[in-house]
Amino acid sequence: MSKIRKPLDRRIIFLLVFIGVALPTMIKVGLPIETTENVEMVYDLVENTPEGSPVLFSFDYDPSTKPEIHPQATAVIKHALLKKHKIICMALWPMGVKMCEQIFTTLEEEGITPVYGEDWVNVGYKSGGAISLKALGKDFKKVFTQDTNGTMIDDIPTLQGIRNLQDFQYVMSFSAGVPGIKEWVQVGHDMYKTPVSGGVTAVSAPSIMPYVNEQKQLTGLLGGMKAAAEYEKLIGIPGTATQGMDAQSFAHLIIIILILIGNINYFHNKKVKAQEEAAR
Amino acid sequence: MIGFFEILGIWIGVVMTFAIFSFLYKDNPFYKIAEQIFVGLSAGYWFVYTIYNIVLPNLIIPLKTDFSANFLLLIPGILGICMLMRIIPKTEWFSRFPMALMIGSSAGLGMLTYTKSDIIEQLTATMMNPFDGGDWVVILGQTLLILGTITGVIYFFFSARHKGFVGVLSRIGIYFLMVSFGGAFGYTAMARISLLIGRLQFLLGDWLGLIHP
Repeated sequence: MSKIRKPLDRRIIFLLVFIGVALPTMIKVGLPIETTENVEMVYDLVENTPEGSPVLFSFDYDPSTKPEIHPQATAVIKHALLKKHKIICMALWPMGVKMCEQIFTTLEEEGITPVYGEDWVNVGYKSGGAISLKALGKDFKKVFTQDTNGTMIDDIPTLQGIRNLQDFQYVMSFSAGVPGIKEWVQVGHDMYKTPVSGGVTAVSAPSIMPYVNEQKQLTGLLGGMKAAAEYEKLIGIPGTATQGMDAQSFAHLIIIILILIGNINYFHNKKVKAQEEAAR
Repeated sequence: MIGFFEILGIWIGVVMTFAIFSFLYKDNPFYKIAEQIFVGLSAGYWFVYTIYNIVLPNLIIPLKTDFSANFLLLIPGILGICMLMRIIPKTEWFSRFPMALMIGSSAGLGMLTYTKSDIIEQLTATMMNPFDGGDWVVILGQTLLILGTITGVIYFFFSARHKGFVGVLSRIGIYFLMVSFGGAFGYTAMARISLLIGRLQFLLGDWLGLIHP
């Protein structure tokens, strides 16, 4: 009988990962969270922006990536509100409008109550991606004529004095794809020189990371739930991302062990095959 | 107090989550039903959203309220109708005009933005003194950045045989690419686990109330 080890049933792997995520989600372990340079850059940008500055938050994601990006956006908005920035929310993805509304509803439940129209405003969704962003660079009020409640832009105190992208102290794009943070870099920073930062899913982080460079095309980047947990640590307000970090670490540990077992089996089977062939 | 529709929404979410998760065991009718509901619902949602958030505010309402000031909107309106003519095989050729316009304008705009952002700015960011940083970690990082960029580009340079000195640089380039693939895989694994955590936070928190934020 051959000594070749058979592959592990994938359902066992799913079960192991499920347990590895479920248990730490219920039982808090409290593994340490270390902050990284990219996250600190985003934090510093918000921290060092003067009080009362108008800032633009672009919600370029939908519920499919909510577990990763929503905690990032929530943490940065909390920070911006603490710094008393005037937040203008918009979306390049239709569902982004709802994501923004959800965040402010959650903040209200937590007792943080910024005044709509004064501390923040939601101008809604705009189709067209990069083309719309170019138009924003020229005239903000031509692209957005009213907010999501139907109030005319000129009647909203938060938007007084805003003419184009250059009037914003920074742009934060929370992005799950196209159009998203890449378009903001191309237009917001590279054309109109407005500092651009934001957060992306962990999958897209490696392709966006090169924009965090000497040219400061991106001022820092939040990649995935881990970065959201780091940001929560920096502002000192733990949230859903911090809650998920124990589970994330345990699941990674299981994946590492499974990769090691897989490699050990691979070399074992290779050796057995060679021995069997030599014996024939 | 949680309303009836909120509870109903949570229960629908739970049933759909389990139906989709059941695919991990094997393909089954529950998964298929959940999948079809998702596809149908998404299509319906997008259709209604497009009408009310794109077509009406950007075309119909401006034309109705002030036709003389917005009559130029008729051009994209007509092009949009041409695009819809793809549905009928005999009139399909009408869609070539808006398609040509879209491809041409996208290529033109993309050429400028990508050249600036992805070539000029990226190259400029690599043109630095690697030893200008003080900290040895920064110096090492900057050196690796320059080395990785040059060797990576050499790997994709096919006008010279990858032998001798070029071969060595190309091989180093492969190692940099492998490291980047490993990093990308790690990030992908992290993203998938995050999505699972999100679902479990919903099941254990919103549904069962076992965890609280």
